[in-house]
Amino acid sequence: MKIHVTVNGYKKAFDIEPSDYLLDTLRKYNYLSVKRGCDNTSCGVCTILLDGKPVPSCSLLSAKADGHSIITVEGIPKEAEKLSEHFGHEGADQCGYCNPSMAVNVHALKNEIQNPTDDEIKEYLVGNLCRCTGYIGQHKAIKSYLEDEK
Amino acid sequence: MTLEVNNYVKVKSLQEAYELLLADDSNQIIGGGAWLKMATKPVNTLIDLELLKLDDIVVKQNIITIGANVTLRDLEKNKDIKEQFSGILYEAVHQVMGVGVRNLATIGGSIMGKFSFSDILTPLLTMDVSLEFYKQGIISLQDFLATKKPPKDILLHIILKQEKGNGFFKKVRKTALDFAVVNICVVHKDSGFEIVIGARPGIAVKASKAMTFLNRQSNFSEQVIQSAVALVQEEISFSKNLRASKEYREQLVAVYVARGIKEVTQS
Repeated sequence: MKIHVTVNGYKKAFDIEPSDYLLDTLRKYNYLSVKRGCDNTSCGVCTILLDGKPVPSCSLLSAKADGHSIITVEGIPKEAEKLSEHFGHEGADQCGYCNPSMAVNVHALKNEIQNPTDDEIKEYLVGNLCRCTGYIGQHKAIKSYLEDEK
Repeated sequence: MTLEVNNYVKVKSLQEAYELLLADDSNQIIGGGAWLKMATKPVNTLIDLELLKLDDIVVKQNIITIGANVTLRDLEKNKDIKEQFSGILYEAVHQVMGVGVRNLATIGGSIMGKFSFSDILTPLLTMDVSLEFYKQGIISLQDFLATKKPPKDILLHIILKQEKGNGFFKKVRKTALDFAVVNICVVHKDSGFEIVIGARPGIAVKASKAMTFLNRQSNFSEQVIQSAVALVQEEISFSKNLRASKEYREQLVAVYVARGIKEVTQS
C-alpha cells in the first residue's frame, strides 16, 4: 500500500506493508537520524514528531501515519545545532546515539510547555534513555538552551 | 515477534467499521497501537477510527464524555480529569511510560485491551463509568470487564460521572518506564468506599468485602483499617510473574491499602 506524508516539510509517498512500523519505513527512505534501540517503546531513541507531538516510531504503524506530518531531527537543523552547542558546553553527550531523539523531544517540549520547571523537563524526557551520561549534563544543557531561546 | 497484518483501513463511517469488524474474526480495531507488538495472533484487517473524530473530551452537567480515540496524553492534560478524586486518574495516566507513548496510546485501546497490567482500569473502576458502544449502547465498565470475550462492537465514548471525594492511587514499579508490580486505588466518596487492586498480575478488581465493611464503620481506627486489609487479602487473589512473587504483592497491598484508607479518611 502507499501512504502520503509530509516529512520535514516535504510531501512524500512511501510504499509500505500494512504491518510496517514507521521506524523501518523512515530508515528505508534514508531518514537515518531515526535510530533503533529497544524496539518496544522503552528507550525513546526512535522518537519523531507526528503532527508536532513526540511519538516512538518503533511502535507506530506506518499506515497510521498516512496523511500526517512527520518531523525528524533533519527537519529542525538550526535548533539541533544550537542544542548540540549546549550539550557540548555541558559535556552532555558521549556516543550521541540518543541525541536526535532528544533534540526532537526538546523541540516538542519547548512548543508545549512555556517555561518548564525542572520536574517538567525531567518528566517530559523520562522516555528518552541515555546510557552514557547520567542525565545531569543533559538536563543542564536543555535548561540553558531553553533559557537562550526565550 | 513480527506483527502480521494483511490490510489497514481508515474507515469513513461507523457502519463501515462495524461491517469490517464482523467480516472476519481476525479483523480488529486499532487504538493508538502502542501495545500492538504484544499481539500474538495475525490480523487480517486493522480498522482505524481516526477519521471519525472520537477524540474530544466534553464536560456537560457533571458528565465527562471522553472519545475512545482520546490519547492518554490529552486525558492527562484535562483539568476536569485532574480534579476527580484527588487526581487519581491523572496520576495513573501520568505514570504510564513516557510522553511519547502517551501521545500514541488511547483511552479506548486501554479499556478494550483489558490489559492485566493496566494502570488505567484501576482508578476508572472506582468511578461511575459507563461505556457507549455503537450497537450495544451503554454498559457499565464493571459489566464490560466481567465479560470474558470482548464484544464485536465499537467503543465510541467513555462516560464518567463527576463526583466529589478523596482518592489515593499507588503504582508500585521498579523503574519509571516499567509496568506495575501492583497498583492500588482507594476512594472515599458520598456513596461510600471503593477499593480496587490491579496488576495482581490479573486484571483490576474491586475489593467488595472490604468496601462493605468500611461503609458500616463510623471511625477508622488502626484496628478497623487492619480488618479491612485482612478482608482485601482474603477476597483478592494474587499470583507471581517475572516482576514479583505472590507473597510480595500481598505485602505491598497490605501496606498501601492501609495507607490509602488513612489518606482518604483524614484528608
